[in-house]
Amino acid sequence: MSDINRRTFLKLAGLIGASAALPFSIARAADKPLVVGFVYVGPRDDFGYSQAHAQAARIIRSLPNVRVIEEENVPETTAVQQAMEAMIRQDGAELIFATSFGYFDPHVIRVAQRFPKVRFAHCGGLWEAGKHPDNIGSFFGYIDEGQYLNGVVAGHMTKSKRLGFIAAKPVAQVLRNINAFTLGARSVDPEITTSVIFTGDWSLPVREAEAANGLIDRGCDVLTCHVDGPKVVVETAERRGVMSCGYHASQAALAPKGYLTGAEWNWETAYRSHVEAAQQGRPLDNFLRGGLAQGFVKTSDYGPAVSAAAREHAEQVKAAMLAGEFTLFKGPLKDNKGNLVIAEGQLLGQTDVALEQMNYLIEGVRGDV
Amino acid sequence: MSDFPTPLAGRLAKLALPGLPTVLSIISSFVLFMVFLSLQGKPALEACLLVFEGAFGSSFAWESTLQRAAPLMLTALCVALPARAGLIIIGGEGALVLGGLAAATLPLWLHGLPPLLMLIAMGMSAMLVGGLWIGLNGWLRQKRGLNETIGSLLLSYIAIALFNHLVEGPLRDPSSLNKPATAALDTSLMIGVISEDAFRVHWGLVAGVLVCLMAYVLVRHSVKGFALGVVGGNVRTARMLGLPVDRLVILTCVLGGAAAGLAGMYEVSAVQGSANASLIAGYGISGILVSFAARHNPLAIIICAVLVGGIEASGSLLQRRLDLPDATTLILQGLLFTNLLAWEAMSGRITRWRMALDQRTARSGKTEVQYG
Amino acid sequence: MADFDLLTFMLALLAGAIRVGTPFLFVSLGECLTEKGGRINLGLEGILVAGAMTGYAVAYLSGSPWNGVLAAGGVGLLLGLLHGIVCSLPRVNDIAFGIALMLLGTGLAFFLGKAFIQPQAPMLPSVSLGGWSDDARVRSALDINVLFFVGLALAFLLHWGLRSTRWGLVLRLVGDHSESAQALGYRPLQVRVLATAVGGFLAGVGGAYLSLYYPGSWNEGLSSGQGLMAVALVIFARWQPLNCLWASLLFGAAGAVGPALQSVGISAGYYLFSAAPYVLTLAVMLITCRPNRSLTGAPGELSLNR
Repeated sequence: MSDINRRTFLKLAGLIGASAALPFSIARAADKPLVVGFVYVGPRDDFGYSQAHAQAARIIRSLPNVRVIEEENVPETTAVQQAMEAMIRQDGAELIFATSFGYFDPHVIRVAQRFPKVRFAHCGGLWEAGKHPDNIGSFFGYIDEGQYLNGVVAGHMTKSKRLGFIAAKPVAQVLRNINAFTLGARSVDPEITTSVIFTGDWSLPVREAEAANGLIDRGCDVLTCHVDGPKVVVETAERRGVMSCGYHASQAALAPKGYLTGAEWNWETAYRSHVEAAQQGRPLDNFLRGGLAQGFVKTSDYGPAVSAAAREHAEQVKAAMLAGEFTLFKGPLKDNKGNLVIAEGQLLGQTDVALEQMNYLIEGVRGDV
Repeated sequence: MSDFPTPLAGRLAKLALPGLPTVLSIISSFVLFMVFLSLQGKPALEACLLVFEGAFGSSFAWESTLQRAAPLMLTALCVALPARAGLIIIGGEGALVLGGLAAATLPLWLHGLPPLLMLIAMGMSAMLVGGLWIGLNGWLRQKRGLNETIGSLLLSYIAIALFNHLVEGPLRDPSSLNKPATAALDTSLMIGVISEDAFRVHWGLVAGVLVCLMAYVLVRHSVKGFALGVVGGNVRTARMLGLPVDRLVILTCVLGGAAAGLAGMYEVSAVQGSANASLIAGYGISGILVSFAARHNPLAIIICAVLVGGIEASGSLLQRRLDLPDATTLILQGLLFTNLLAWEAMSGRITRWRMALDQRTARSGKTEVQYG
Repeated sequence: MADFDLLTFMLALLAGAIRVGTPFLFVSLGECLTEKGGRINLGLEGILVAGAMTGYAVAYLSGSPWNGVLAAGGVGLLLGLLHGIVCSLPRVNDIAFGIALMLLGTGLAFFLGKAFIQPQAPMLPSVSLGGWSDDARVRSALDINVLFFVGLALAFLLHWGLRSTRWGLVLRLVGDHSESAQALGYRPLQVRVLATAVGGFLAGVGGAYLSLYYPGSWNEGLSSGQGLMAVALVIFARWQPLNCLWASLLFGAAGAVGPALQSVGISAGYYLFSAAPYVLTLAVMLITCRPNRSLTGAPGELSLNR
């Protein structure tokens, strides 16, 4: 987003926030501000995962009657339990956002059991009624919709018909993204293939650079990724003159020529929902999910290299998604070993639990789980 | 130069002297830390006070500190025990993760044991695997002449790679969707805290302290410990005395590795609940720091582990109150370590001072006897 | 798997070896000098990271990557000097101090580097040796960074210098038998401090390569133990600068083989591939070491020997 847009957006956001709090703020104005804590697993400015969360946190910070405390680089050990407990005991936090998947079990669960009056919002966790405490809510966005759109644009722009995907680990959320990207590209041209390289961990710059170079050497001319910090991949692509699609946050600034579009988080929606529920005393939403239509994810602006045809196609699909008329994963769908994973005629909606347990790569993806 | 008023004062002075480098290094590292922060335009004094507050300033701070200190006591032994025999082993991280993996996967194929026995079995398996790994190090050194420092480093990296491969591959629990892990331990096998209300630290702390005490007794008060000391002091003398040098070296490595493996088991069963990538948390590296700070003395390791744990625990407060990056505690630890080693250079002088004190004390003692 | 092309694979491997191996080259040459003088510097990992951050920051602030490289070398020089001086004090164990330095260097780099994770610094230039080819892949594979050539020249320079110049002789004498050097009127401590400082300089430059060329970005996960591996590399290379060159390429290839294999379709066990360089070092050390006999070529004063 350009600077002017961002400022206007923030002002608007602030206004909306203020007005939303208005009828109730009279009652709460006398109270102390709501203390909201954020725990990040990586640095706040990694041009990727943690940054997306931090950007939304900044928006929350600008809301009236809200005090934000943050802690970054907290590993998934007792350290995060201590961090959350410290926020509650030392700073009086009433709502805590735990932004890494690995925080959920056992860390958030344990701390939530100890402090039943504090609300915990966890990103990506699979909350189950009865199994997990009621004061935990898990939220996540269907960013694979964004990756699908990435794929559509990439499908139009690729000349070699080979796309590259640098992924951290073969876990369900990552596989879902790879498959969505490939589906989007193949909806343009069924000949297109995606080559996947797994680096092994969420942040390994040297291996990501090596993987990017390797894929480009093999002929891929559009790269995307699912790692914590896409900066290296996007910069490498730009240096080698190939196109790239972003992820987590917008990396357009890093690749002025080759950046096509990107799948970004819009955590502000989920955050606001939780903060408002806390301020108004409404019960915590235990299972919050949404895609493009619900404003949980968004797409980056199109880069200069994107053709008009690509843009038009992508906008068409996006409109269908926004109207709720688009199903990403539908049968018949085979995996890249030839097995049928989604039967003919079967439609898997975004909220379908089967998608959260994905463990295959679809036909057209070169790589192994 | 006057003599000491009493022999007691002389003896106290003699006891306090070895601690002088440590005290001086703590002072100098904090001074340097404050200078560094001031240069950055950050409130230096407030930061130091926050370090103390975050480490020792409240019961919650104590809980955080001791929780973090618990694994460090054991991983420090992985450096301290081989150091007694003159080796420098820095591969505790590898032993910890493999030990943790062994403990986490034992319930998968060993069935039918009541929880207490199962926990003991898990501990034993963790110690076995960890001990074998570092023991391998020792064996390679004795039988093949492989330098143990580099060797332990390499083996540690290989152990981590092996761990990752196994956890994400053959030993992966299929229901661990977005975070590859081994099958979760049954709740009966999860080690709890010492007291839910008063002292929320898991039993790994007690294990750490006990093992350190045992190590101290072994090293200082047993024949084996003495033999190890001879080996560490002068290998040729040891061989001349007929000591089984190879066996002793390998034994001490196995013991050190067992300690690190035990730390892995506690991490799995008291914190994580399964073996996964979060086990690789740098406890081995911090353990090296603790051991050197304690000069490889198992009793001092307990204190130094609490110190280092406290510094790490204070990082949270520094981030939230002063907006300092989490690397601040890393700098403090680095300063502490470098200063400690630099002030060590004084220890030669200290020995001379102690000898001088001895003479003076003896003289004053004679004086007492004359009059008394 | 169907389109496994041996030539492309080898080419990718060669390119990867050079790309990934250049920092190894600099760090190992620096450590080679230090160890030839009889001291071991395990703090190279911290110096590497500090150099990477400094190089990136200075390049960004000044607009020129070469300023960054010099600054990185300067920081490495200072840290190496610190290591050399403190380890000259009596009873200071250089292995322990190296680990301490590693912590300090890494901590300082992460702290001061916070402001530089986001911005983009200018990159170091590369020389395109593959202009003769039509194949884009060959061209990019032969796109080699200038620093690699600097390192190449340095390896030969050090090889010749250690053999044939007076300073090289003095260094080797100090490292082998410091009493003889003292008898001849040289000051072993001074020589060692100097060697450690120069070693730090080279390690800093190696770090600058990481942040200013490949991967070409600064963040906290940049180094994955390369500094420590360089120490193993020097032993592997038997303290010979030219061997350091081949060993760096080998280690670089071992680091590049994982992604290269995956891009060709072999993706099972990629963690094990990432352990390849370590296994390699271990294997070579095993083959060439013998108990009760010091490693051939090892400087006599090195505390690695018992």
